[in-house]
Order: sequence, then structure tokens, then C-alpha cells
Amino acid sequence: MTPDFLGLDPKSVLLLGPLLAGTLSVLFQRAAAVIGLVGMGVGLFGAVGLAVTLMEHGPMATQLAGWAPPLGIQLYADGLAVFMILMTAWIGAAVGLFTVGSWGITTSDQDTGAHVRARTYFWPLWMLLLAGLNALYLATDIFNLFVTLEIVGLTAVGLTALAGTRQSLQAALRYLIIGLVGSLMILLGVDYLYTAYGRVDLGSIQSADTSITATLALLIMLAGLAIKAAIFPLHFWMPDAHSSATVPASAILSALVVKAALYMAMRLWLAFAPPTDFLPILFGVMGAGAIFFGSFQALRTRRLKMLVAYSTVAQVGLVTLVFAATGTIEAASVWRGAVFLMLAHAIAKAAMFLAAGRLIEEMGHDRISSLRRLPAGGKPAAFAFVIAAISLVGLPPSGGFVGKWLLLDGMIAGEIWIWVSVVLISTVLSASYMLRVIGRLLRRSVLPSERQDGSANWRLGDGVALGLALVALVLGFGSYLPLNLIEIGAPFPTFTAAEPAVTYGADGADL
Amino acid sequence: MTTDLIYAFAGIGLIGIGLYRLAVSSSALWQLVAVNVISVGVGSIMIASAYRGPSVPADPVPQAFVLTGIVVLVATTAAALCIVRRIDEMNDDHDT
Repeated sequence: MTPDFLGLDPKSVLLLGPLLAGTLSVLFQRAAAVIGLVGMGVGLFGAVGLAVTLMEHGPMATQLAGWAPPLGIQLYADGLAVFMILMTAWIGAAVGLFTVGSWGITTSDQDTGAHVRARTYFWPLWMLLLAGLNALYLATDIFNLFVTLEIVGLTAVGLTALAGTRQSLQAALRYLIIGLVGSLMILLGVDYLYTAYGRVDLGSIQSADTSITATLALLIMLAGLAIKAAIFPLHFWMPDAHSSATVPASAILSALVVKAALYMAMRLWLAFAPPTDFLPILFGVMGAGAIFFGSFQALRTRRLKMLVAYSTVAQVGLVTLVFAATGTIEAASVWRGAVFLMLAHAIAKAAMFLAAGRLIEEMGHDRISSLRRLPAGGKPAAFAFVIAAISLVGLPPSGGFVGKWLLLDGMIAGEIWIWVSVVLISTVLSASYMLRVIGRLLRRSVLPSERQDGSANWRLGDGVALGLALVALVLGFGSYLPLNLIEIGAPFPTFTAAEPAVTYGADGADL
Repeated sequence: MTTDLIYAFAGIGLIGIGLYRLAVSSSALWQLVAVNVISVGVGSIMIASAYRGPSVPADPVPQAFVLTGIVVLVATTAAALCIVRRIDEMNDDHDT
């Protein structure tokens, strides 16, 4: 068993808490928001507890019901997994607060049918999604990764469709169908791996030799994951889905769900990437394509949420570049940079979607061109949007800056100049499309009616968006904390160590 | 040697047909059927991979994978059909 935290097993809390909350919030729909908030608090408690026990005891493996792999299912928490769980829990809690702020704790009688539906079913879907994400980060065998990714995918489709508009339903349908193709690819890859090794747990596959079948399996699974993580050119379903969902759902989808697929791709890659040049170059080209295409689309779109969604395409491409840098001498720095970029992007993108949601709420539409005529109520959200943009562009001292710095540091040491230039160009491009919004917000023309009343009314949603944005901004100062955390259990390869850095289950003595 | 290869190549063929149809059709129902064809192809390949020789029983683990895949597919298809129906209802409301 995992060491206790305040008398509870953090892993059980992380998995069962949100699951229970999700089920209860279906049963008691009137109290859905309260149950959801409690579920998120429980998830936060579990995440912090797991991090504390990880710091004290090192990586922890739990064999479910005492069955060891390959027969049983193992939950394994190392630094990287706990890092992702903590990120999910905190951002999820912030988004939950925003949701309560904009939709209220209880449904009132004046609300129309579609609104009530969105408000009540948001919580069960989000709780199940949270349980799926936590399970995905703790899973160590490929088949469990597939199953948990399926839970995440289906609930994410539900969240997309929740808005109830025709646009969001069509986006959700496309997401579902394309995502299903991705799932089938991953399932096929799981089967190939099983045929090659006779096992599905990552630990044993890692120590085995890489064969042609394993390379093929990796390729198929990465293709499936590229669909799920919206890596160019398989991103085409994503901007519609992320921009047409309700505001909290957009934030969750863009900040957290995409990261889950990226995390799984990273785990697979770290476990058994073949020592060829072909795959790194392929993923480098895909990442560069994502950066250029995403930025181009973000530059020409007319809708605010679409711009934010296309910025996710570009940022995912930036993280994808990590695969291009594997095999170089400073690969560990590049990996740390990519993981840190995921955190920085998750926080800043959640803040940006929430701020964009508040802006749209104040304006009544989401045309970028009319941002100059923003009513006074939109001031705090505009402020939050600008600060989140600073982190996404990667100006110091933001988290995005530290992530890009680590990425560049490793790439320069590895002397892969072409990817260095791509990262630098991505900064210029993201600055230029963010300036489309920021410039209009800064050169706001004052409406005649607001001259007397200069102070803005703050809503809870503004506070949440601004808080997240400020965290993203000062993340650079505290970057040693998450960076130390992800080192626990040494998930990343170092140049000196030729043997695999992680041995899953080697510390399974705590049975 | 031959029997499982036939299944595997048939599976690859089905995946190809499904992917083609998914790419060229814009109707949601067609796309859904195409994905189901792909899944049959994937299932055939997986079942073929369980084959271990004429006198040895097949490996049960890939078959368990296929079962999980079927469960996922049924649930997803049902969800997709619900969304298709909702979109259709919206179109009807719009027309009248």
C-alpha cells in the first residue's frame, strides 16, 4: 500500500473521490454543484497528499488487490505522474470556482432548459473526467492507459456537446468520430505490443529489446495519440470543439485533456522509442507545422475563442518538438522544459479561456474587431487576458519563459539548430497573434456611458481568471519546486546512464 | 501461417476501406458506419494475432482486448447516434 496521508491512501482518494462525486451528482442533480465542489476538494486533498508522501518516500507502486504485474494492475506514482495530477487538481479547482461564480451553486427557476441542462450535467462529466485523468497518470500498463484515455475522451466529448448549440454538437460529433479512430489505432498498437512482448506493463517492455513490431506498434499508437492530442496535421477537429464548448469546458479541454494524450505519448516514447532518426524528425516536422499553421490561423481568425483555440494548436506543437530533440546529449533538459511548458500552458490557457469567456459575456459576442469597445465590466477580464498572454508568449518571468528556456538550452547543447530556430520563431508568432487582442484591449475607446463610473464590478470569474494568470506569470520564480518534483523517480533519460532510468515495481516492496 | 494472414490482410483492407469512406463522406451517419468498419478491421487483426498454431488454443488476451474494444465502440456509437439525432431535431426546428 501507499503510505498514508492523514490516515487516507492518497491514490484511492484520487481515483474514488471524483468517481463517487460524479455518481452522486447524477443522482442528486439539485446539489450537483455542491457535490462537484466537494469532489474537487477531495481530489485536491488527494493530490497534495500524494505529493507529500512522494517527497517523503520516493516513487510509490501499488498493486491492486495484491496482484503483481503482469497479472495484476499496478498504480505507480513518480514525480512526473504526481506533477500532472497536481496540475490537474489545482487548475480543475480554479475552473470549478469559476463555474460556480458564473452559473451559481443552485439552479433557479428562471433558467431556461438548455442552461439548466448545461449546469447540472457539467459536474458529473467533469468529475468522471477528473477520475479518468488521475487514473491515466497513475497507470503503468498500456492497456490501462488506453482504457483511461477512453474515459477521458468520452467525457470530454460530453463536455463539448454540453453547450447544446448546433455548432457545439457538430464539433462534439466530429471529435467523437475522429477520437474513435484514434482509440482504435491505440488499441491496435496495444495488441501489437502484446504480440511482441507477451506483456502490456511498461516496466517489462522498457527492459526488452526494441523490435520491428514494437516500432510499428509505437508508430500506430503515436498516430492515435496525435489525433487525441491534436498534433498537426491531425488537429483539425480541435479548434471547433474547444471554441464552441461552454467556457469552463473549453478551459478544461484545452488546458488538461490535451495534456493527457501528450503525457501518454511521452510515457510511451520514454519507455521504448527506437534509436532511429526517422521518428524524431517526423515529430519535429509535425511540431513545426503545428506552430506555423496554428499561428497563421490564429492571426487570421475573427473570433476570440477561435484565436485562443488555435493558440493551443501552436503550443501543443511546441511541446511536440521535445520528441525531435530526443537522442541529443541534453535530452533531459529538453524533457524538463517540455513538461514545464505543459504546466505553463495549462495554467495560462485556462486563465485565457476563462478571461475570454468573461469578455464575451460582457460584450455579448466574440468578434475580435470590436474588442476596443469593451464595456466597463470587462476590464478585469481584459487585464487577466493580457497577463495570461504574457506567459503564453514566454516573456520573463513567466512559466512559459522558463519552459522555453529549458527547451532551448537542451536544443542548443544538442546543436539541433533548426528546432532552435523554430522555437524562436514560435515566440515571435505567438506574440504577433496575441498582440491582435492585446493591442485592441489597450487602445480601448471609452464608451460615453461609462465616463462617470470608472470602477469596474469584479465577479468571482474575473478573480479566478486573474489569479490563474498571475500564477502563470510568477511561475518562473517558483520553477524549482515543480522541476524538483518531476525529478523524483528519474523519469527522464540522462546521457550518462545507458540503462533505462526507471524501473517500475523495483520499489514494490511496500506490498 | 495462412489462415491468420488472411484475417490480418482482410483486417488491413477493411481499415483502408473505412478510412477512405471516412475521409470522403461528409454525412455523419456515413462517417459513423465507416468507423465501425475500421473497428471490424482492427478486431480481425487482433483476433488473428491471437492465433498460435493449429493444435494450440488461441491466446485469450488479444480476445479480451477485442471485447473491450467492442464495448467502447458500442458505447461511443450510441453516444454519437444521440448527438446525430439531436442535430437532426435542431435542423427540423429550424425548417418549420
